[in-house]
Amino acid sequence: MTTWKKEEFDNFETTDVLVKSIELGLKQEQLVDMYRTMVKIRLFEEMADKQYALGKVHGTMHLSAGQEAVAVGTGFAITKGDYLLNHHRGHGHFIASGADVNKMMAEFLGKETGYCRGRGGSMHIADVTANNLGANGIVGGGLQLAAGVGLAVQMKKKEQIVLTIFGDGAANEGIFHESLNMAAIWDLPILYLCENNQYGMSANVARVSAKTPFKDRAAAYGIPGYYIDGNDVLAVYEFIRNAAENARSGKGPVFVEAQTYRYFGHSKSDRNLYRTKEEIDYWKSVEDPIIRFEKLLLTANLIDDQSISKIKEEMSEVIDESVIFAENSPEPDVKDVMEWVYA
Amino acid sequence: MPEITYREAIHDTMVEEMRRDEDVFLIGEDIGTYGGAFGVSAGMLAEFGPDRIRETPISELAIVGAAAGAAMVGMKPIAELMFMDFVLLALEPLMNQAAKARYMFGGKATVPMVVRLPGGSGTGAAAQHSQSLESILMHIPGIKVVAPSTAYDAKGLLLSAIRDPNPVCFVEHKLLYKVKGEVPEGEYTIPLGVADIKHVGSDITVVTSGIMVQKSLAVAKKLRQEGISVEVLDLRTLRPMDTQAIINSVKKTGRLLVVHEAVQTGGWAGEVMAVVSSSEAFGYLDAPMRRLTGKDVPIPYNRFLEAAAVPQEDDIEAEIRAIVSNKY
Repeated sequence: MTTWKKEEFDNFETTDVLVKSIELGLKQEQLVDMYRTMVKIRLFEEMADKQYALGKVHGTMHLSAGQEAVAVGTGFAITKGDYLLNHHRGHGHFIASGADVNKMMAEFLGKETGYCRGRGGSMHIADVTANNLGANGIVGGGLQLAAGVGLAVQMKKKEQIVLTIFGDGAANEGIFHESLNMAAIWDLPILYLCENNQYGMSANVARVSAKTPFKDRAAAYGIPGYYIDGNDVLAVYEFIRNAAENARSGKGPVFVEAQTYRYFGHSKSDRNLYRTKEEIDYWKSVEDPIIRFEKLLLTANLIDDQSISKIKEEMSEVIDESVIFAENSPEPDVKDVMEWVYA
Repeated sequence: MPEITYREAIHDTMVEEMRRDEDVFLIGEDIGTYGGAFGVSAGMLAEFGPDRIRETPISELAIVGAAAGAAMVGMKPIAELMFMDFVLLALEPLMNQAAKARYMFGGKATVPMVVRLPGGSGTGAAAQHSQSLESILMHIPGIKVVAPSTAYDAKGLLLSAIRDPNPVCFVEHKLLYKVKGEVPEGEYTIPLGVADIKHVGSDITVVTSGIMVQKSLAVAKKLRQEGISVEVLDLRTLRPMDTQAIINSVKKTGRLLVVHEAVQTGGWAGEVMAVVSSSEAFGYLDAPMRRLTGKDVPIPYNRFLEAAAVPQEDDIEAEIRAIVSNKY
């Protein structure tokens, strides 16, 4: 069973949400909104799984249930207008950055009303007008593009940063090194977020990675790196916010590695043969990011059982509506199959 | 009209467009003080500075990836890869990212970038620095592939490529860099996807591009004296291919030879022949269509072997004679 050593984290575990929220300048309303968004992501992913089970999904999917704290802590910490380059397990990050779940679900079902008019599917959801440059089907795909986006921001003297999110698997791609080196020599405004969910498909991090945590590899390029508890939403918020500020200030790239765990299999073909039920159950019960945050909020009296139920109900309705929207949306017209190959 | 080299034409186009459009920048290895491996960017660092003449580490994947990323957010990068062979290190960002972003995002992204690729054999650089890989690049929807044969075309096509909203691979043959031609001063464009009849003829059509245009022209001029009238059709842009120009020419001459330096198997000569065989031009053929291409071999080092690996003027002449006399 994979274990993590919390004493290795650079963050202190959030134990008192009141103290932490004062320190971070977060109001009750924002904390509840973070909780609400985590619930929204979980419900979206569960609904996506359900849609697949019902045979309504043509392609594959990579679900991020269990990783909601990384998405929400990050989405709330960056600034609107910052560029986002995402990995293939991208639903959570898009929802946390304010994406419309109707358009996401429509894309997932391949409909014309989807973010990519049904041409991309789950793995390529993008909203370029909102500076969301897409999820990517190639492991390390965002790392390929990040330096160029950072270069454009720097050359145009803009205030934005580039957030590129990738998994532990991408840290073993050659582009990881080329990208970090390039960003470091040019002081590019890039926030590298390694979302370490401990498995690249079936490959456990420890088995396939010569040196962990990956922040040590960032250090090799002179890039400040942090290894944090990715299931502690306020820790993620704190470190991403600070890293983003650092990147924005012109000091160059920053690296954050957030340790987390995915509940569903890698994709629809996954039968979870490479990990035990005990391991999955441990993460779901003891380390679940939503349960952990919920407990903190309850203890601090920032939320009560009644409002939790209400949030879950409301979010459930939002997700149900997204399915209705997607189902009622038209399929793309096959006569348009050749549209948009070239501009 | 002033005569300048193919190299100068490319250099001047980049300089002029960078003066006009601040979103254009050059990114690549040793393009600054060194002036690029073939001297194409000589002097540009002094005028534009290190931000816009962006010298990189030896990271071809990241160079083309960065160009694609910058293009997606409004810049117009020109990436120079030192040798075309090195594009094999960068096919991922070119083919899986740049070529597909627009389509897979439902038409909501544009990727206006150029990748300049010095290719071809003849310099004794052997197997990993001499290839003509344009057929590989042509295979991916979303990419345009341009291969100019003259200084005049290089300037007009490169300007169109820089202004094109799509990823464009711009193939420069290394042996053409020193070739001079008449090039007007100032701004002009040649549309991508439009072929050019470089030599008018009526007995046979030679469809070709890049350096093979120059070789074919030499042969056409020689054979003209014997009364063999060769039409040399320079595709200029390989993708999108000007199929109508091919069809029109073959209908006129009734014979076809396709000449390219790229190796034969999977090479674009087959594509040209497919265009003819599936069009009304097929009925006009008086002889079998033929292709003369690079041999299916890595480019050898030894000068005689190297020359034997790709079509030379004598080979082109022999093929043309064979086709027009129905002896092959």
